[in-house]
Amino acid sequence: MLASETAAPAARTIMPARQYGLWYDAWRRLRQNKIAIAGAVIVLALILAALLAPVLAPHNPLSGNIIDRLQAPSAAHWFGTDSQGRDVLSRIIYGSRISIQVGVISVGIALLIGTLIGAAGGYYGGWVDNVLMRVVDIMLAFPSILLAIAITAMLGPELKNAMIAIGVVNIPFYARIVRSTVLSVKETEYVEAARAIGGNDLRIIFRHVLPNCMAPVIVQTTMGIGTAILDAAGLSFLGLGAQPPTPEWGAMLSDGRSVMQQAPWMMFYPGLAIMLVVLGFNLLGDGLRDALDPRLKQ
Amino acid sequence: MTETLLQVRGLKVNFNTSAGTLYAVNGVDLNLRRGQTLGVVGESGSGKSVTALAVMGLLPKNTARVAGGEILFHGRDLLRAGEEEMRRLRGNEISMIFQDPMTSLNPVYTIGDQVAEAVLRHRRVDKKQALTRAVEMLKLVGIPEAEQRLRDYPHQFSGGMRQRVMIAMALACNPQLLIADEPTTALDVTIQAQILDLMRQLRDELHTSIIMITHDLGVVAELCDQVLVMYAGRPVEYAGVQAVFASPAHPYTRGLLASLPRLDDDSGRRLEQIEGAPPSLLADPAGCAFAPRCRDAREECRQARPSRREVAPGHLVACHRAGAEEGGFAGGRNAAQSQ
Repeated sequence: MLASETAAPAARTIMPARQYGLWYDAWRRLRQNKIAIAGAVIVLALILAALLAPVLAPHNPLSGNIIDRLQAPSAAHWFGTDSQGRDVLSRIIYGSRISIQVGVISVGIALLIGTLIGAAGGYYGGWVDNVLMRVVDIMLAFPSILLAIAITAMLGPELKNAMIAIGVVNIPFYARIVRSTVLSVKETEYVEAARAIGGNDLRIIFRHVLPNCMAPVIVQTTMGIGTAILDAAGLSFLGLGAQPPTPEWGAMLSDGRSVMQQAPWMMFYPGLAIMLVVLGFNLLGDGLRDALDPRLKQ
Repeated sequence: MTETLLQVRGLKVNFNTSAGTLYAVNGVDLNLRRGQTLGVVGESGSGKSVTALAVMGLLPKNTARVAGGEILFHGRDLLRAGEEEMRRLRGNEISMIFQDPMTSLNPVYTIGDQVAEAVLRHRRVDKKQALTRAVEMLKLVGIPEAEQRLRDYPHQFSGGMRQRVMIAMALACNPQLLIADEPTTALDVTIQAQILDLMRQLRDELHTSIIMITHDLGVVAELCDQVLVMYAGRPVEYAGVQAVFASPAHPYTRGLLASLPRLDDDSGRRLEQIEGAPPSLLADPAGCAFAPRCRDAREECRQARPSRREVAPGHLVACHRAGAEEGGFAGGRNAAQSQ
């Protein structure tokens, strides 16, 4: 008693950031991780490119001069031009907007539905869990890109539909992660204590259980955005996602295919952009995992 | 003062397990009056916590089944109450504190939020008033600088302080009944004493009735008016605290008392122990559940289940042999000496 009374003010002076609690600790650990910061820088660069696209892009991404077609990288066109004379750099910069949109929306769909499924299954258990998880298992039985192709083919080849398809095929991953975390969190004493002060199921799930499941979900979400961007590029490459003349990276790869010998830059730069962005999200996700739960790092 | 608050009659709780039906609580009766403290003692698996969870209506729904009995709170049978009614009672009229204060608080919310939540749930107040109440409660349970600490997270508190916060949370709505499930087990000895002092002081100030679940007989002697001793899911002895310590009538109770170390014993003797291990709860034996470990077991103990008898006013014992030969048990002499 005495000891804690005297120790408390002292602790306050040496820990000025105490009010940030858990998240401050995670941020501090993240900052020390150079690789994660590199990932964060790439992600930040992507976001900036998307926000500042009209300022950054040297040319119009949608129209070009046909006379300038298939020019190699030069001072005028840093990344060269495509078969219609459009500036590849400008198209990549504008393409970042599509990528972010795809990443955020499709992961948002997967996250929202997956979390609800996982939380309901994990919390209620029994037949609810059985039914939900068997549905999830069935979805997992399909190779995800095939399932996405089937869904887009059904809905029609459009960027919007590609986002829906990618969101749907990713639901199982979020549902499983949330379910397994809920299973352990719901047995904790603070959840029992919340019941003991009269909380109802919905309140307990959303206020007490889910916030304590956030760490793995944040990690999966970060990495998931990278994967979703990759999947969307894949669908667009197959002609099922963004339609011309939308500057989408996967579609740009597809455009460059026929002239790969004469204009390799048409495939190289969009490919590089996809790779860097996916790498950035993965590095950041890895770093977040270590920062949010140091115990997971072996 | 003498109004009966809680009455449990013939409570039976079974668990369905893969190995079969487990008879966790088998015919528990108890009576708790306003402002009284009842100690429930027994070893692990004797059904103490299950009894408490049954009163709270918090038994795991998938596996537990109440097989019989009544739990009357103000004369209303809680076993027949709906989920919504139970939710209104929990935290409001009946509260519970748990064994491990290190894990009983949600790590993602501040202390203030968590104490205020109980108030917000049951009273028509806004967030600000609830936080004011939280400060009041934190002061009441002896947390220094309550206004500042309101914004702290659980990991910034020590174990004893967290248990104080748990008590503040449980008492925030002035419940009439507080169930404390081994509230001091996870704390070190000096902190245990502080928490017990706090509970006694709060009981006297707020006139809350307490059910104290523990395996620490010292806690019982400190705090309780009545004692219920449980063994293998059954009540074996139920009496006032003085009677239990001065003239324990059941051989199990005597064994428990004899196994306590004493400060004034320099003889260097080994502590008494109760031979054997508690029986499996998967079977419902015909005779006395304690018979296999009892030094005084006779044929009748193995054949027939002992019914409860009143050996003295208000002193109930479930033993065939209790009072049969006054002081005739080996354990009996021991317990008598230890007083």
